[in-house]
Amino acid sequence: MPLIPMADKPILTISDMSIVFSSPDEADIEAVRQVDLTLTPGKTLALVGESGCGKSVTARAVLRLLDRNASIPRGSILFQPGGEAPTDIARLKQDSLPLRAIRGSQISMIFQEPMSSLSPVHTIGDQIDEMMILHEGLKPKAARERTVALLDQVGIPGARQRAEAYPFELSGGLRQRAMIAMALACTPQVLIADEPTTALDVTTQAQILDLLRQLQADFGMAMLFITHDLGVVAEIADEVAVMYLGDVVEQGSVYDVFARPSHPYTQALMSSIPKMARKAERVRLSPIKGTVPAPRDRPDGCAFTSRCPYAFEPCATVRPERTDVGNGHHARCHLLTRQPVEAVA
Amino acid sequence: MSTLLTVENLSKTYVLGGGWFGPARELAALTDINLTVEAGETLAIVGESGCGKTTLGRCIIQAQKVSKGTVTYHPKAGGDVELTSLNKRQIKPWRQDIRMIFQDPMSSLNPNMRVFDIVAEPLRIHKICKGRELEERVISTLEKVGIPAEAVGRYPHAFSGGQRQRIGIARALVLDPKLVIADEAVSALDVSIQAQVLNLLEDLKAEFGLTYIFISHDLGVVNYIADRVVVMYLGHVVENAPTEMLFERPRHPYTELLLEALPIADPLRRKGRKTEVRGEIPYLGNRPVGCPFHTRCKYAQDRCRTEKPALRPINGTAQEAACHFAETLDLKGAYEDAPAKEFA
Ligand SMILES: Nc1ncnc2c1ncn2[C@@H]1O[C@H](COP(=O)(O)OP(=O)(O)O)[C@@H](O)[C@H]1O
Ligand SMILES: Nc1ncnc2c1ncn2[C@@H]1O[C@H](COP(=O)(O)OP(=O)(O)O)[C@@H](O)[C@H]1O
Ligand code: SF4
Ligand code: SF4
Ligand SMILES: [Mg+2]
Ligand SMILES: [Mg+2]
Repeated sequence: MPLIPMADKPILTISDMSIVFSSPDEADIEAVRQVDLTLTPGKTLALVGESGCGKSVTARAVLRLLDRNASIPRGSILFQPGGEAPTDIARLKQDSLPLRAIRGSQISMIFQEPMSSLSPVHTIGDQIDEMMILHEGLKPKAARERTVALLDQVGIPGARQRAEAYPFELSGGLRQRAMIAMALACTPQVLIADEPTTALDVTTQAQILDLLRQLQADFGMAMLFITHDLGVVAEIADEVAVMYLGDVVEQGSVYDVFARPSHPYTQALMSSIPKMARKAERVRLSPIKGTVPAPRDRPDGCAFTSRCPYAFEPCATVRPERTDVGNGHHARCHLLTRQPVEAVA
Repeated sequence: MSTLLTVENLSKTYVLGGGWFGPARELAALTDINLTVEAGETLAIVGESGCGKTTLGRCIIQAQKVSKGTVTYHPKAGGDVELTSLNKRQIKPWRQDIRMIFQDPMSSLNPNMRVFDIVAEPLRIHKICKGRELEERVISTLEKVGIPAEAVGRYPHAFSGGQRQRIGIARALVLDPKLVIADEAVSALDVSIQAQVLNLLEDLKAEFGLTYIFISHDLGVVNYIADRVVVMYLGHVVENAPTEMLFERPRHPYTELLLEALPIADPLRRKGRKTEVRGEIPYLGNRPVGCPFHTRCKYAQDRCRTEKPALRPINGTAQEAACHFAETLDLKGAYEDAPAKEFA
């Protein structure tokens, strides 16, 4: 299969994107508020945050797979594969030819539950063949050869026989692998993985993370990896973006963000998980007070105001700017523009 | 410390199918489990899904009949109570002492009952108190877990996941139990809420002198909360050790595998693990003979395929493992101090 050359040039750039849900009898909800995210070939961006913060809808927006009552009223999703002119996915018509050409072929997605992308009534081989025949015009025999090679590459033992299996005949781990093979059928340049290991045991999770890393090294695709698990972020990400209630509150290289979390929410998240330490070094967890408010109760200012131990005057009303704290590491917090970073920690 | 509960030679076999669709198949969910729970400790039970953790919990509270073996409760007042030999009526008073909290509070809380009645129900069933006294006890228990008195008239759906778990905890605690079995009680919660509930469980334990059996698949949480850890694989106890000994130097290759697979929230400790984590759990119906772990074990020898290793203390310590080579294998723990590597 062709190798996509590694480059630092972004392949997907989400700028100032908002996602709004409308309902007949209530006010609109801005579930995702003006986020900026960048994907680079060969690199993994982890999107991390607690349930309901907007990770999945952000991911689905990239493929325009949002529910009917959703819109993207502002911002852009620029897709720019090597050397080509950029396409703004946010402005493509639903079911238009260019969108269908991108979906599943140049950008593909895997989910927590493999059965949401695998058909129960077709063998996995037939489903993967079909993708190649549809998007790349391969002949059935050639498609099957490539399918078998791909199943082998994702670590399915006895690939030629297993291609004849129906999804229900495979274990959870193998089904996950089959879904990954299907997502990679057309050698996408961007892979979006929405909590692909959340339902798995740690040992299977470790295998799937290894597999994704290996496949990324082989194919050079950019990956957007969604998770709520900071351990998984530390394991797989090059870059990390932390979401809270529809905002990306912090973003940077995984080493910088873990070493110097600069947003109070990121800091709080990190002190909510137990450290792998001996009893002598044990520190009591310091949870974040309260619970996440509903999107409609989010203040105009910083989304974290109601739970932030440092909240002060402008926080509730003025939205903090995206502030660079060095080395392309950004955070949105008024403390960063008021006083030196060290004082926050 | 005194022993609160003893599980001896406990086995549980589920019978599947039978009838018109061919012969019945047996599934050995638990095989010959031996363990004790000491008063005041937090004993964690870990292992991958399907290894029998929930079945063990349910066998202990007698929500499920055991196929073989005994569960004996040792009340503080003295006397041994063999729970497995009691009938429904005889067991009722002991049900107050041993309570279970479940992973999904939604499925264990009756959606048609108000929170007050959910928590009051055990008191009514056991005829502990009524009227004013019942009211006070329910409200003070709910306040202890952080549910304000003005919320007691609401139904479960009006609460967040974390609050529902608190209600489940209140329901377990209202009977003033001695032993609480928490089955993945924090697993479905977001980390910030999980931290709140973990702290709550610790505070309640200190306040009421509780003993916990903490069932979990999250080894990070287990290292934080447990005094001792039982590792299960395919219905067997393969290791049983004080937490720090187990995480410092596991004695069973399966424990090592679990620790190896555990993602650590520190990119400087990222694991270049590749082939280390191997294979999948075999189906319980066709369990391998010999050591149950031999199909996935990288240390397996011929002997492992025929001879089943016994669970035994290793080198005279408090650490027990069921591996033929437990005394000599040098297995990798999880503490490993972070290397001072600099990344560009
Ligand atoms: N079809 C919809 N209508 C209204 N709100 C929605 C819809 N889909 C998602 N949302 C809202 O968008 C927010 C983000 O959801 P999601 O992206 O699924 O969160 P997560 O970070 O857990 O993946 C949530 O508050 C959710 O209620
Ligand atoms: N009621 C039941 N009938 C048949 N098999 C069951 C039943 N409950 C559990 N099992 C089986 O017993 C084994 C152990 O299950 P369980 O105790 O739920 O494991 P765990 O809690 O560790 O995930 C699994 O293989 C499961 O499928
Ligand atoms: S902007 Fe204010 S409320 Fe928001 S995180 Fe910073 S200090 Fe806290
Ligand atoms: S007895 Fe053999 S197969 Fe079993 S854990 Fe020990 S070395 Fe591995
Ligand atoms: Mg989601
Ligand atoms: Mg269970």
